[in-house]
Amino acid sequence: MATIELKQVEKRFGEAYAVKPLDLTIPDGEFIVLLGPSGCGKTTTLRMISGLETVTAGQILLNDKNVTWLHPSARDIAFVFQFYALYPHLSVRNNIAFPLQAQGEKKDVIDERIKQVVELLRIEHLLGSRPGSLSGGDKQRVALARALVRRPQAFLMDEPLGALDADLRETMRAEIRQLQLRLNATTVYVTHDQIEAMAMGDRIVVMSAAVVQQAGTPTEVYYNPANLFVAKFIGSPGMNLVQGAFADGAVRLPGDNQYLMPDGWKNSIARNENLIVGFRPESAHVNAEGALRGNVYASDMHGSYNMLHVNMQGDHVVHLRAERGTHYPIGANIRFDIDPEMVRFFNPQNEMALRKN
Amino acid sequence: MSSFAETGPRRPVTESIRVDKVSPGARATGAVRAVVVVLVALIMLIPIFVMLITAFKTRIDVTASPPKVFFQPTLEGIVLLFTNRAIAAPGRQEELRQLAREGKLNIFEQIALDSGQEITGASPYVGRIINSLLIAGISTALSVFLGVLAGYAFSRFSLPGKDDLLFFILSTRMLPAIVVTIPLFLMFRQVGLYDSHLGMILLYTVFNLSFAVWLMKGFFDEIPREYEEAALVDGYSRLETFRKIVLPQSLSGIAATTVFCLIFAWNEYAFALMMTSEKARTAPPSIPSMIGRGGVEWAAIAAGSLGFLIPVIIIVFALRKYLLRGVTFGAIRQ
Repeated sequence: MATIELKQVEKRFGEAYAVKPLDLTIPDGEFIVLLGPSGCGKTTTLRMISGLETVTAGQILLNDKNVTWLHPSARDIAFVFQFYALYPHLSVRNNIAFPLQAQGEKKDVIDERIKQVVELLRIEHLLGSRPGSLSGGDKQRVALARALVRRPQAFLMDEPLGALDADLRETMRAEIRQLQLRLNATTVYVTHDQIEAMAMGDRIVVMSAAVVQQAGTPTEVYYNPANLFVAKFIGSPGMNLVQGAFADGAVRLPGDNQYLMPDGWKNSIARNENLIVGFRPESAHVNAEGALRGNVYASDMHGSYNMLHVNMQGDHVVHLRAERGTHYPIGANIRFDIDPEMVRFFNPQNEMALRKN
Repeated sequence: MSSFAETGPRRPVTESIRVDKVSPGARATGAVRAVVVVLVALIMLIPIFVMLITAFKTRIDVTASPPKVFFQPTLEGIVLLFTNRAIAAPGRQEELRQLAREGKLNIFEQIALDSGQEITGASPYVGRIINSLLIAGISTALSVFLGVLAGYAFSRFSLPGKDDLLFFILSTRMLPAIVVTIPLFLMFRQVGLYDSHLGMILLYTVFNLSFAVWLMKGFFDEIPREYEEAALVDGYSRLETFRKIVLPQSLSGIAATTVFCLIFAWNEYAFALMMTSEKARTAPPSIPSMIGRGGVEWAAIAAGSLGFLIPVIIIVFALRKYLLRGVTFGAIRQ
């Protein structure tokens, strides 16, 4: 397995940037997820690593070897496509054998390797079938087998679960993660599904508008988003973001609400400064003595909890997580608190997170 | 009487069909439509049928009025088509009759003998059929081969002036053959391609090429690039990828292109009439000019047309599996 290093890698189509200069080091054995909305450059980045897309500038290093201008077939990297790309005219066995045949392996070696990989993925019974007759999950397993059988330097996966049903997606998520850990395989995984990213990644690289917004562990990007984009994009729903102004040790929020600034922040925020208060739905607690007020705009049942949409004033709706079994009628006035450890502040001008001093 | 909308069909519907298609009225319309289609098909087949029976009629039956549908079939037309004959002198006729009694004459020689003739050799038509096979076969192979390569390039690569090139290729097909034959004739005569196999092969190849390129480009466009990309990262070169992944998947397209090119080259009449005389003349212009000493030999013409149809029918039947599209699709979900 290998380390992958991207040095100031960029891609332009004409004048438009698909990926702005990007630095990224992926250590050996890491499972890294490129996450972002469609058109953010994540797939382009992945394709540049594979060699299916040329770079406009910058360098790509694989195990400290410059592979920027190497043919895709010479990079020893496996690619798993969203729509599997199983060769329809070949049987499953020949699909899996295909990359080995390219290397000119002997027949008994190929048979042995296929045997190992189909056992690993439990798809022995599919070897004789044609890809067209397989279910989505099995197609993806075969595609994984084709990637694994070569024992490549790294795996690149482009939304491999995007075409599967929700149920199967969860199963395959665990399967892929299992495999990755067992093989200690350096993996770059592209998805637009933040739940998938959180569940699978050792590290998440959040991209938007051709730029890396934040790179960090799932915990970091979830609890300490670097900017408003990450705060909104991660989580379902994203972080609550409320406009406020800081004065006299408290933040004035819409609806005549005052939020007492927790310790540790005061020095990093100037007086009378406009700021954005951010908190996650689960960091707020409905509480009869709570400092903040609002009225219930809607309430969704989520099974293990209720999601309250609370209107603070005008269009300022925040999401709060309430206990299962509680009931708040639409229009009811409620009070709530925010966990002071979990509140975050953002600069409305540059949209960056403020740090505790 | 209650309406269909209230009662529904009498029997449960166990097929996938729109609600209004199962009403008695719709069913009847469907049946009428089927009858009409069969009738139209039969009407279309009448000329073919007439051709078929004419090929086996005697000279007298051919011109009978009203036309005979029931008659004694004969191979006279086929003998006329494929052989040169000479009137046998009376002495020679006796000799031949003796041979016939001994069973030493084949059926064709006997037929010739019946009208007092002796077969002296193969007719020029045999050579023209061979010309047709050579010219149509080679030009089809060439235009499909070039069309596959060019179609792939146009489908996958960004070439300078790609759209203009494609339009130019198409434009070669825009003028009707009759408009370009005269200048082509002059050019061909100048460079010595007139009445040569090479000239005809080149002409048909170029004429079919635009069609082959556009058709193959369409087929390649439908093959998702992912397959090639997968093969590239699997360790194959561009050419290997083309050979192992793209070609097998475009077989149905290649088959369809082959059939269309072959039918054109095989049937082509106007160019062949103008550009050839003896050496490279193909079958189409020679069939209608088969006028014997005693008048138009309709049986020979019909036999010639019939025989001319057969290769096309065989090819279309052999490739019909590929002509039905969608063989390779389904492994990619889109």
